This record gives sequence, C-alpha cells and structure tokens, in this order.
Amino acid sequence: MLPLLLIVPQMAITIIFFYWPASQAIWQSFLREDAFGLSSEFVGFENYVSLFEQPEYYRAMVTTVIFSSLVAFFSLGCSLLLATQADKNLRGGQAYKTLLIWPYAVAPAIAGVLWIFMFHPTLGTLSRPIKAVGIDWNPMLNANHAMTLLVLSATWKQISYNFLFFLAGLQSIPKSVIEAAAIDGAGPLRRFWTVIFPLLSPTTFFLLVVNIVYVFFDTFGIIDAVTGGGPAGQTTTLVYKVYADGRLGGDLGGSAAQSVILMVIVIALTAVQFRYVERKVQY
Amino acid sequence: MVENRPFRDFMAYLTLALGIVIVVFPVYLAIMASTFDAATIINGNMPLLPGDQAAVNYPRALFYGGVHAREPVGMMMFNSMIMALGIAIGKILISVLSAYAVVYFKFPFRKTAFWVIFITLMLPVEVRIYPTYKIVADLGMLDTYTGLVLPLIASATGTLLFRQFFMTIPDELLEASKIDGAGPFRFFKDTLLPLSMTTIAALFVIQFIYGWNQYLWPLLITTQSSMQTIVIGIKKMITTTDALTEWQIAMTTAVLAMVPPVLVVVFMQRLFVKGLVETEK
Repeated sequence: MLPLLLIVPQMAITIIFFYWPASQAIWQSFLREDAFGLSSEFVGFENYVSLFEQPEYYRAMVTTVIFSSLVAFFSLGCSLLLATQADKNLRGGQAYKTLLIWPYAVAPAIAGVLWIFMFHPTLGTLSRPIKAVGIDWNPMLNANHAMTLLVLSATWKQISYNFLFFLAGLQSIPKSVIEAAAIDGAGPLRRFWTVIFPLLSPTTFFLLVVNIVYVFFDTFGIIDAVTGGGPAGQTTTLVYKVYADGRLGGDLGGSAAQSVILMVIVIALTAVQFRYVERKVQY
Repeated sequence: MVENRPFRDFMAYLTLALGIVIVVFPVYLAIMASTFDAATIINGNMPLLPGDQAAVNYPRALFYGGVHAREPVGMMMFNSMIMALGIAIGKILISVLSAYAVVYFKFPFRKTAFWVIFITLMLPVEVRIYPTYKIVADLGMLDTYTGLVLPLIASATGTLLFRQFFMTIPDELLEASKIDGAGPFRFFKDTLLPLSMTTIAALFVIQFIYGWNQYLWPLLITTQSSMQTIVIGIKKMITTTDALTEWQIAMTTAVLAMVPPVLVVVFMQRLFVKGLVETEK
C-alpha cells in the first residue's frame, strides 16, 4: 500500500496533464471541427494531407531548419572558443566563468526584448552604425534582418549553457594526453584538432542534440517577442505555427496534426541522444 | 598548460574579455535605458552612461506599471515568484516520493510505473499546449496558480535525478536503520532526506529558473491581467504601436525580470552547475 501512496501524486499529475492531453492531440489530429466547435467528424489523415499541401508548412519547416542550424553552429562555435580559452588556468578563471554563465538565467522572451531594443530600427543603439554603413536595417520589415536578429538573440542566450558543458568536457581530458602530444612536437592548433577535439566529440554531439531541441521549443519566447513570426510569416517556425494556427486561426485539427509531427521529431531526437548516452556508459 | 607563452595567454584574456563584453552589453544597455526618460530613448541617441531617471522609473514600474496596461510590475513579480516556487517545490515533492517508491519498494507494475513517468522526458509542454489548455480549462483552473503550476511539474527530470542518487546510497545504511528499528517513514526522514539535501537544492535552483522564465504556458492560461507573470507583462508592454511603447518602463521591467533568476545563478553557482549537469544526464 505505502509504495502506491508514494507514487500516486506523480502518477496522477502525469496522467492528467501529460498522457491525457498527448492522446487528445493524437485523436484531434484525425478530427475536423465545424466553425463553431459544436460538432466534429472523423476525417482520417485529411488534416495531415492538407498540412502537407500548405506551402506555409514547408516554409515553416525550412525556417526551422535554417534557424536551428545557424543557432547550433554559432553558439557551439563561440562557446567552444571561449571554453578552450577559459580552460587555460588563467588568473581569475572563476570570475570569467561566472560572467559568462549568467545569461542562462535570462528568460528567452526577455533576451528577445533586450536584442530588439538594441537593434530597433529607429531607436536602437546598434542600428545607427549599421545604417551609417548604408544598410537599410529594419528587422520589422525585412525577413533576413528579422532572422539575423533571432539568430543573434537565441545564440546569445545559449552560449552560457554550451560553455559550461564544453568547459566540463575539456577539464575531464587528462593533461597527460595533451602533454604527450606536445612532446611529440604537436603545436597548440594541431593538438586541438587531433587530440582535444576528438576526445570532446561526445560532449559536442550531446550539445548538438540539446541545442536543436532548444531551438525547436525554447525559442518560442524569443520569436514571439522579437518578430511574432513575421514579417509576413517568414520567421514562423514549426512550434510557432502550432501556436498561431490553433490560437489565431482556430484550426485545432491542423494544429493537433502539427503537434503530432513535432512529437515524432522530438522522440526521434531523444532516441538518437539515448543511443549516444548508452555508448558513453560503455565507454 | 604545456608551454608557457605570454602571447597566447594574452590572446586568451582578450578572447574572454571580448566574449564577456558581448554577453554583458545587451543587459548593460537595458540597465542604462532604465535610467532615462522616454524622450531621451525615443530620439535614438541614448547616452551610454547612466541618466538620472532611475528613481522615477523603478517605483513607477513596480507600483503603477505602463500607461496602457496598468498592471504594477510588483504584482507580476509576485505571480512569477509563486509560479517559480510552486513548480520547484511541487516537482521536488512529487519526485522525491515517487523515486523513493521506485527504488526502495517492490510492488506490482513497478517497472511500468517507472516507464510511464520516464517517457514524459521526451515531450515538452509546447507540443501538447492546446489539449492541455482544454483540460486545465475544464478543471476550472484558468487564471489560477494551480493551473500555472501543475501541468509544468508533470515531468520526469526530478524523479530520474533522485532515482540515480538513491541508487548510490549504500544498502548498509538501510540495514543499519532497520536494525535500529526504523520503519520506512523514519528511514526516509532521518536518513534519505538529509543525504539528499544537496540534490534537492540543485534541483530547486534549476526548477526555479525554469519556472520563472516560462512563457508560452502562462501566455495561454492567464486571461486576467492580475494573474500575469512578469515575462508575459514585459512583452505586452512593447507590442503596442511603436510610438506608444514606453521603452524606459519596458526596459526597467526587463531588468526587474532578470534580477531574481540571475541572482540565483550567481550566488548558488555550485548548486546551479550541479543541477544543470545532472538533470541533463
């Protein structure tokens, strides 16, 4: 009796707020509601079919892929550079670490607000130098500018997280291996690419998956604050579209079908990650 | 490191300093903006050194709010605080109990129960927002703290964390407390909980930040302005037409929104790093 009592709170919450809605999403994705939400009929895969006939859906997919690859590339690159420098036993190392990790605590939406303020077309402090160069900077009207701003703010927010994990990964590489390479005459760059980087690859791979999941889901706040999916829907990602279609468009069946596709993507990503975790355990 | 090259050390300092400048600058700008009046910001030539309006902006934001959406930011911060604490404490509570059950007891469907909880790791709330919204609405929890908190604690991170930790505790401790005549409750209270304090604190730090920074969920389920969290509130301040946006109040609010979670990270850094690394395993 006792163990059941202990597990009941979590079970109840998980079933009510996780399994029930998740199965509802799957069920709804096969239904179509009338305009007033009074009746619904079973339509099979029609919601999915019409989804894949929408050019907007492909555009959201492309946007998501571009957005996640750019953010993953820049945030991993910058934080690896910073972590390798911070790993050098410099004076005041702890202070550097503290100064670099706190953006983790900033909400994505707030990060978006900070960056839109900095790059606001009329009053942004950094917009003036851009305009002085002759670029007609306006992230509210130009889709490329909007995407640039999104990538910048999402990268800014994610650097701290990647930095922490890279630093931990670097510190776990035995110094003797690096010294051995140095005795063999390998210079710093060569040591990095032939010894350190390969040994760091499990961390890099783990972070790659985490970053993709981050861009998929956690950047919702950034997008909503910075562009609201615009201009003209050109920065709408898959998650943002689930939200926009269900809320603004009222197309619950289509929104549910999109949710289900997202679920499949996340499960696939997680499965990839677990395979890697398993391998690390055997290591 | 291996060689001693002053030039390379210098480059390292330079890179790190540059990184810190980039990381700090957006927030520095927000803090500066919170010390000017609206006109100074709007004309696009905001100075980079602090102005003298901080004493006006902060009290106004905290107790009055923006001109259009007149919700005091103080109240939003209170809502955010309740939500963050609710999520952190709620998650710790349910997961420490269920991990105790899964690790120390044998009962029918133990494996099933574990997997039922474990699978929740895979799906963030964003992919099931509307059905969850409907359930919360049906339960009459819109615009309530319960509605803000409960759906977000339905996740396995805490349970897995405690399970891993409990499995490292040597069996001898259980034997010893049995010999001392302790039942399951006393063992939990006198042995397991004291040993878990660091893990609990680390999870608390991570969950507090997670809860404070929530955006999509409170955006959906709070309709009354009195239930708004600060992260939602600030976004509403800048969506109105450009000319009407009071940037000095918006940026003051942004600074206020960052203070609690950033303080937590800076002052509980060790716990924060531990929590971050361990919940991601």
